[in-house]
Amino acid sequence: MDRARPVTVRRSREPALWLLFSAGGTLAALGLPAVVFVLWVGPAVGWVAVPPHGTLSALLGGAGVRLVLFVVIALALYHWAHRFRYTLYDGLQLYHLHQLIATLTYGVATLLTVASAMVLFL
Amino acid sequence: MTNPAYRRFHPRWHRARIPIFWWLRKLSYTRFIVRELTSVCVAYTAILLLVQVWMVDAGPDRFERFTAWLASPVVTGVHVVVLVGLLFHTLTWLHLAPRALILRVGRWRVPGAAVLAGHYAAWLAVSGGVLWIVLGR
Amino acid sequence: MTVPQTVTVDVQRYRPEAERTPTWQRFEVPFQPEWMVLDALNYIKDHLDGTLSYRWSCRMGVCGSCGMMVNGTPSLTCATYLETLLPGPIRVEPLRGFPVIRDLVGDLSDFLTKLRRVTPWIVREIERPLADGEHLQTPDELAEFKRYSMCINCMLCYAACPIYELEPEFLGPAVIALAQRYNLDSRDEGQEGRTDVISQHDGIWACTFVGECSTVCPKDVDPAGAIQRYKLDAAVGWVRALALPFGSRKA
Repeated sequence: MDRARPVTVRRSREPALWLLFSAGGTLAALGLPAVVFVLWVGPAVGWVAVPPHGTLSALLGGAGVRLVLFVVIALALYHWAHRFRYTLYDGLQLYHLHQLIATLTYGVATLLTVASAMVLFL
Repeated sequence: MTNPAYRRFHPRWHRARIPIFWWLRKLSYTRFIVRELTSVCVAYTAILLLVQVWMVDAGPDRFERFTAWLASPVVTGVHVVVLVGLLFHTLTWLHLAPRALILRVGRWRVPGAAVLAGHYAAWLAVSGGVLWIVLGR
Repeated sequence: MTVPQTVTVDVQRYRPEAERTPTWQRFEVPFQPEWMVLDALNYIKDHLDGTLSYRWSCRMGVCGSCGMMVNGTPSLTCATYLETLLPGPIRVEPLRGFPVIRDLVGDLSDFLTKLRRVTPWIVREIERPLADGEHLQTPDELAEFKRYSMCINCMLCYAACPIYELEPEFLGPAVIALAQRYNLDSRDEGQEGRTDVISQHDGIWACTFVGECSTVCPKDVDPAGAIQRYKLDAAVGWVRALALPFGSRKA
């Protein structure tokens, strides 16, 4: 056994960010295609009826609906932040700007999460 | 890339430069970048969903104008692209999940095909639920 | 299809004493249906140009020496039939991602340095005394890690991985797969130490699951799968450490 190894090695904080990415990615994968279809694409091409204001308003009044929407939106944003961050590192070779990119992506995700809390709950 | 301890002493070793658009040189790399860029479709959907809630809360008039905007051809075209992007995200995500998710029941390891089938079932269930909630009642 | 008499092979040459950048050299090599790319290279060296430098050894896909880029894909030249590459010309270059010492020979010392960091051997708190006999292991326990033990260190996965090319610090697919080989071995007790090295940005977190490493692996090791499993394990471990700060370490 390597006895020279220091007892406390600070591991990366990435696991937390990766969990947010994974949760957001899973929720997005399972739920968002249907959402886009039923709310935006389907009505526009005439495959489903346009959801009327009354229906949606009643839906949003239901118990827990706003909370579920908040969780889905927030996690989807953090999923984007994490994935887009790495796409910039690798796709455009911008790793040397990693501090700035991390701040911008997670910053935008956080700001929009706060905005969604305000829209949904205020 | 070489062991930095050696690099100084071997200036004549050739190191190829990586082009910025390295991901265009092979189809599998391009597919990878397209897969990663679907995260933009995810973010767009999340934000527009929020805007939709805002419009519903703002009352029938604002909502009507928003619905009219949604129905316009250009916007619909964008949304079709977004839907295709989201479907690509879903399919790639579902098929990669069994490689990461090793599940055990006691000593028996759940086969990857079962994990995949479970994910597809969940996708169907959630999609069906969304459709039913918005359209059915 | 008529069997051709010869096939064209374009080989990347690099002679640092004579040139500053690599050049191409074209050879006409006799075509035999049973020949591999390695046979073509050996023919070139034996009959056409004895100065060509390249690595090879077992010629049967177990030593990992003969990895090169064949038509842009990392391949074992001893396991790639010329027939599958007809009509040619066939392009042979050194493995991508590694500095080229000469012709088709790359420097692999980076991989070896990084491999040592993950202690790729059975690590135990206290060594089992000889008098106690062997470690006993069930077939199920062997099956846990057997796939990752198949790695022949051929480096094709590194040549396929764009992250390895882009980020010089990245440990790379084979190193992480080999770390998993020991982590999942029931005889090993070194997972904590390895995870300290691997759960870092230059370890699993730089990986974005491109998946090309597993596609090119000639031994079906699936390093991409090893890395993704490790991410999930590390993330779960992180949550557990948060929830139980004084929890017991893996025995």
